[in-house]
Amino acid sequence: MEHSIIDPVRTLGNGRFGAYGGRYVPETLMAALQELERAYAAVREDQAFQGELAALLKDYVGRPTPLYFAKRLSESLGGAKIYLKREDLLHTGAHKINNALGQALLARRMGKQRIIAETGAGQHGVATATVCALFGMECVIYMGEEDMRRQELNVYRMRLLGAEVRGVGAGSATLKDAINEAMRDWVTNVRTTFYILGSALGAHPYPTMVRDFHRVISREAKQQILEHEGKLPNAVIACVGGGSNAIGAFYEFIPEPNVRLIGVEAGGRGTALGEHAARFSGGLPGVLQGTYSYVLQNDAGQVATTHSVSAGLDYASVGPEHAMLHDQGRATYTSATDTEALDAVKVLSRTEGILPALESAHAVAEAIKQAPKLAKTDVILVNVSGRGDKDMGILAREMELKGAGA
Amino acid sequence: MPIQFPKKPGLVIYLTAGDPDLETTKQIAIAAIDAGADVLELGVPFSDPLADGPVIQRAMERAVGRGVRLTDVLTLCKAIRAERPKGGLILFSYLNPVLRMGMEPFCVAAKAAGADGVLLTDMIVEEASEYMAAMKKHGLAPVFLAAPTSPDDRLKAIAEHTEGFLYAISRTGITGVSSTLSDDASKLVQRIRQFTDKPIALGFGVSNAEHVRTVGEYADAAVIGSAIVAIIEKSTPQEAPAAVAEFVRGLRR
Repeated sequence: MEHSIIDPVRTLGNGRFGAYGGRYVPETLMAALQELERAYAAVREDQAFQGELAALLKDYVGRPTPLYFAKRLSESLGGAKIYLKREDLLHTGAHKINNALGQALLARRMGKQRIIAETGAGQHGVATATVCALFGMECVIYMGEEDMRRQELNVYRMRLLGAEVRGVGAGSATLKDAINEAMRDWVTNVRTTFYILGSALGAHPYPTMVRDFHRVISREAKQQILEHEGKLPNAVIACVGGGSNAIGAFYEFIPEPNVRLIGVEAGGRGTALGEHAARFSGGLPGVLQGTYSYVLQNDAGQVATTHSVSAGLDYASVGPEHAMLHDQGRATYTSATDTEALDAVKVLSRTEGILPALESAHAVAEAIKQAPKLAKTDVILVNVSGRGDKDMGILAREMELKGAGA
Repeated sequence: MPIQFPKKPGLVIYLTAGDPDLETTKQIAIAAIDAGADVLELGVPFSDPLADGPVIQRAMERAVGRGVRLTDVLTLCKAIRAERPKGGLILFSYLNPVLRMGMEPFCVAAKAAGADGVLLTDMIVEEASEYMAAMKKHGLAPVFLAAPTSPDDRLKAIAEHTEGFLYAISRTGITGVSSTLSDDASKLVQRIRQFTDKPIALGFGVSNAEHVRTVGEYADAAVIGSAIVAIIEKSTPQEAPAAVAEFVRGLRR
């Protein structure tokens, strides 16, 4: 599809990232998306809004997060120095709160009292429920029933925070199905409801807005790595589900041609359609849930089911800005299997005492592959997007931790 | 075949193609045309029907599960056209199956199948330049939707670009039956009237003869979808064509 574009990466623009992005939604949502676009464009340059957001990020969320040199991990791999951007240390345990807080502040400014959101691993749901509690807003979270089962602790957290969690049984009962149901709610209650979309996905302006709220990750990391090393990293590695933590971790490094950007998708348990969520190796451009991007689909255009041990990466499409970075060759996208991610959880836990989320473990797995190939003076920056406490049920089962020893 | 509504109000009947199976959909379609449907919308099954309520979602899931695909719906369209040269035929789809086939090949195939027009649920006018050009080239009518939330500038653009008819959505929400029609409905149609003389069909929640009569007071046609799909869901494949025909006849009684 041909579209005119005016520097879509650096401005709010027209919602296009190269050929990708755009707005493919039921007409009923268009007025709301345009209202959101105007409201967001206004706060983007608004000192009072940005000041309030920055203060809450500092005092409530716990920014800036440390950039930590993983010395034992690096030494054990015998190659590049690995630095970890510790988004797992944020309030609620993942990067998701950066965006949930920003959007909730915007919702409050727009006078919307009812908040809806979707969640996969539950981290965006918990972050949204948290900011709704903070601002006294009504909160409904849509979550696939399969994800409710495997991320049960986060369901309890959301309920404790006062949110209503609505299970979605359609399709594979995971993130994609939760987004469908959230969009149905939004279409129905569009006049009163703000949809806090949790990844850099969906119709314009969401991919741009969500990326902007996560830009702080790379803004801090760039300054921190210069302080530690006096130079930029050779590579930045992040896991990619919808792609919000990755675009936040990449963004300030995009203009730096010597910094490799590596996104890690879920390789799942095999390369057949349905067994993974590696959109860039198995998908084709298409439209899912409002945006034009790579989509795992069959030859009739039906969206494929996906599999990943990590609920947060278990999604058939990917944010449109990643699609552009992929086609430009500016970022490369690889994958880690379920097994590699599980191994990476164990490695990071035992070398550094850091338990990463299964999602983030995909990025760690890639660092484990890359580091030995690089010189000891080289530097890899890994975004640890979340912590793994939520995954203890899965880890206990997969690693047989209940037995005598793993 | 231009889309026409000779009797007021006109009737647009939606069917999810391939539910319960393609042959039964063909029989239902013919029965509905014979019972007075002016236009049939043949719904292309899609894995992620985010604008649809539970009834059409279930129908889509059944059809997708049977492996029904866009090419099958085009074949079905051609078969219906062969049997009923008159009567409007609209292909009703989410965008992705069409993109997968390619916009140009899709339009060629739709024209060859005897379709009069196309309605893409998740295609808005701003994104539609390539789509509209391909439709125009092949003499197909792009039908656009207008919503109660659409401001006047959008209604104007929608009215300008839609062909065949304009599909007015009666309420904010997804497809599905409802007991009463929203107050939004007549207001929306009045607002659209400022911008066009093209026929306006009102859908979403239009479920029975009383609704159709009410719609006839301000719009040119009524679109009935979920109520029909629900009848098909409750009927055996053998019963479905007659059951739908009886229901359609009753809508204008």
